[in-house]
Amino acid sequence: MATDILFYVLAALTLIFGALVVANPFSRNPVTSAMFLVLTIISMAGLFVLLHAFFLAAVQVLVYAGAVMVLFLFVIMLLDLKEEERRKIKLTGLVAGVVSVGAIVAIFVRSLLATKPSENLPAPTAVGDTATLGKMLFTNYLLPFEIVSILLLVAMVGVILLSKKDLK
Amino acid sequence: MIESVNNWLNGLSDTQSLVLFTALKAVVCFAIMMTMVAYTVVLERRLCAWIQDRIGPNRVGPFGLLQPAADGIKAFFKEEMTPAHVRKIFFTLAPMIALIPAILNLAVIPFGSNLGGQKMVLADLNVGILYTFGIVSLGVYSIVLAGYASNSKFPFLGGIRSSAQLISYEIAMGMSVIPIFLFVGDLNLNSVIQAQTGTQLGFLPNWFVIQSPMTFLAFCIFLVSSFAETNRTPFDLPEAEQELAGGYNIEYSAIKFAMFFMGEYANMILVSAMMVTLFFGGWTLPWFGLDQPATDLIHGVLHIGIFLGKVFLFLVLFVWIRWMWPRFRYDQLMDLGWRKFIPVALANILVTAIWLWWRSAK
Repeated sequence: MATDILFYVLAALTLIFGALVVANPFSRNPVTSAMFLVLTIISMAGLFVLLHAFFLAAVQVLVYAGAVMVLFLFVIMLLDLKEEERRKIKLTGLVAGVVSVGAIVAIFVRSLLATKPSENLPAPTAVGDTATLGKMLFTNYLLPFEIVSILLLVAMVGVILLSKKDLK
Repeated sequence: MIESVNNWLNGLSDTQSLVLFTALKAVVCFAIMMTMVAYTVVLERRLCAWIQDRIGPNRVGPFGLLQPAADGIKAFFKEEMTPAHVRKIFFTLAPMIALIPAILNLAVIPFGSNLGGQKMVLADLNVGILYTFGIVSLGVYSIVLAGYASNSKFPFLGGIRSSAQLISYEIAMGMSVIPIFLFVGDLNLNSVIQAQTGTQLGFLPNWFVIQSPMTFLAFCIFLVSSFAETNRTPFDLPEAEQELAGGYNIEYSAIKFAMFFMGEYANMILVSAMMVTLFFGGWTLPWFGLDQPATDLIHGVLHIGIFLGKVFLFLVLFVWIRWMWPRFRYDQLMDLGWRKFIPVALANILVTAIWLWWRSAK
């Protein structure tokens, strides 16, 4: 019962903060948007906790809220986006946004209606503790895991290459 | 009277008693933490005076022990200047965010074993350490926002400088503790303490700081990184008034300024508590059977006392180093973090993993 209430509260918070990231009626400041994105990420971590995925919740806060968003803020602050703040919400942008969100919601609703909840669902095999997650990553999902790490390595090498001024 | 309270406590359902005792522990923890913050400031001022052959604040109350009250009242009643050019919401928010992470992190620190059937930890999470690092990483926002909200050049540069420092040393700090968890095989902080009970060579404590060369190296990296994370000397560039015209807090005054420093001291206490838990056996002492969870009230209180005593020793170390060491230059600080600590910490993880694998294969 209490978890149900918590779920609705956190889900509502996630949606409200998420909406404020893209369309904040009070401020067009990019830093404000970034801070609301941090709040969105934190309330999503709360949803992970309700699913007993504690590891995912902690990593979500650690990586996205703690590291990625700080770098976002750095870039926003260093670029000094003054004209972004003065810009009003454009009608075309608003219409396009509402239409695309509506389309996605329609797809979700239709697919949810099309699926019938089966009677005897298999018990969830993966629990959210760290040891199980690590085992899965290094057995069943080893190839995707390694490919993602190579992708990150490539990105890192690319950044170093781009930031070198004179290549010999 | 006591009997009726007892009856009432026994009549509560499990959830009710959990909520009641957790709330009680949280309030007591918070109160103790804030008192410690206040008295760490006194400790710092008295100790630095002693190091510099001065007397220090000794006028307010016996031995100057009421000094925090005087400081607090002064900070609250001082006129609060909010410059006209600042972004008001972020400007007000930043000092608050400085204090929140340290308080939130209190929840996972095991500060004792048992006290009357209650575990002396607020939340016994199975991802304890990840939670800690996640919350610590949010502390950067106070500095970034303070620099941004001040909306003038020097605080902005100071904010960028300090947050780059925090992010850099967070990586070294996070990597330095991984060997500990390879040894323990669990992320829970209580299991870490369990792994440090008993003695080695008959009398030495089995603490991680002296358990093996790898864990000792981990402790060294963690210790230095924690000085950088808490903005303490020799890494206190945010406070470098003389050479860098201060940092993110230039535009702040009165209680908002004081809150940044309360945050610094709260973080110091928290980092000390983490070092005690991870490397110095937490609430245990290896002698006289003090490394087993308490069964009676006296041992429970004793364990909390041991924990606080160890934290106090670390606070003295923090203060002592501040008044003994000069400040690093910024490029030296970045070089130490990225080019020395991160490679060494990575190598340490690798060596520990190979050693554990070899040990288990034997």
